[in-house]
Amino acid sequence: MQIRATTPQEILLPVRPAFIVVTLVTALFLNFLPWSGFWVWIRPDFVALVMLYWCIEQPRKIGFTAAWVLGLMMDVADGSLFGQHALAYSILAYAGIVLHRRVQMFTLTPQVLHVILLLLFNDLVVLIIRMLAGSDFPGYQYFLGSFVAGALWPPLSVLLKLPQRPESDPDHV
Amino acid sequence: MEYSPPPFFKTGPTPLARLLIFSLLSLALLFADARFKYLETLRKSVSVIIYPLQRVANAPASIAHRAGEFFVTHSALRADNARLARQNIENAVLLQQLKSLQAENTHLRELLDARKRVEVKSTLAEVLYAARDPFTRKIIIDKGVQHDILPGQPVIDHIGVIGQVTRVYPWLSEVTLITDKGQVVPVQSLRNGLRAVLAGTGNDGVLELKFIPLNTDFQNGDRLVTSGIDGVYPPGLPVAEVTNVERNAAYLFARITCKPLAGVNNHGQILVVGQERNLPERPAEETRPERVKKGKRGG
Repeated sequence: MQIRATTPQEILLPVRPAFIVVTLVTALFLNFLPWSGFWVWIRPDFVALVMLYWCIEQPRKIGFTAAWVLGLMMDVADGSLFGQHALAYSILAYAGIVLHRRVQMFTLTPQVLHVILLLLFNDLVVLIIRMLAGSDFPGYQYFLGSFVAGALWPPLSVLLKLPQRPESDPDHV
Repeated sequence: MEYSPPPFFKTGPTPLARLLIFSLLSLALLFADARFKYLETLRKSVSVIIYPLQRVANAPASIAHRAGEFFVTHSALRADNARLARQNIENAVLLQQLKSLQAENTHLRELLDARKRVEVKSTLAEVLYAARDPFTRKIIIDKGVQHDILPGQPVIDHIGVIGQVTRVYPWLSEVTLITDKGQVVPVQSLRNGLRAVLAGTGNDGVLELKFIPLNTDFQNGDRLVTSGIDGVYPPGLPVAEVTNVERNAAYLFARITCKPLAGVNNHGQILVVGQERNLPERPAEETRPERVKKGKRGG
């Protein structure tokens, strides 16, 4: 049985795999929007965020293969080094899958702290790869996106759980 | 319990093992891409898969842009029209001069038996979006292999050079801007014809002239145009303007910073210029009549 600190015990419906696919494609879509200028810096990496959510909530339904393929797609779309996002997302998926029981124990606020740290580590992996490949440090605003993503975590987890809520309230027959 | 079956059920390799497999795979890809530039076919196939999504993602912005164009006021249009008419008259004068000069130039070149300048074929393209990679300065344009875009072609806007096509996909291409770190343009000063190499710094709006001895005659405000000796950029396209010259006797070279003339960070229409392959004839001992390939010169 899952134990959550605040939310009352509720039995969720099983998630449909099609829904996971739809959310991930939506995340790719959001990443592909023409962000430019200042927005590039505060743009959260939606793909990393949604993938981390599913790795924590449904570690048996999604895993490394999805993370890796999504990473390749991001690499091609951004014209970056082939494999940098793939590697970063694989590590993120690993962290999500290994930590999923622990993160699920917490309420949303401590979950946000976990998520921000994991996403920062994701950024750090990309940064290390690029600096090894000869790029310059782009400045500390590079890490801003992860904090924005952390702020998006609570609404995201409420939103993505909606289809799993049972339709009728069992308390009122 | 929904997840976590007892451990004696088969669940495949452990997460750590999977992480190792996928990390090694990614590292192999990284190495192959960074060192050897393989994998262009793989890149192209992935790009075909994500192309529809990319176009859809860019649709809202272009629709908003078009809607904004529709609601232009009458007075703005009239002002625009008046400005364009004035510009047209000004240009007409220059154009007539240009025609006579061109005729004179062809005549003189014929007299000198010099090679004629080749008319280059150019393609108009639209900037789709700036690549969201904070480490590089790149833009994605809406023309690709299907529109005969080749890697290496220079890209200009209505003022001057903005970059060079570095990678082509079936319907898109990637343009590296001149401000990208490691992007180099051979230039020439318009004032005195000094040749130099202009390199991007990775910062927006800052370019640097590399390896210029301290006593070289560069001044603030000097205009730099492409020299054309590289065989990639056609000669005479405006590139940058010198903004600061720093001569410090402690260093071997002067530190000369420039700013790009063209709207490098602007969105809109750009022109992909066809390449002018005006290379000298190969030496006689080479019997194969093939064209000179990159990196095999002087063989």
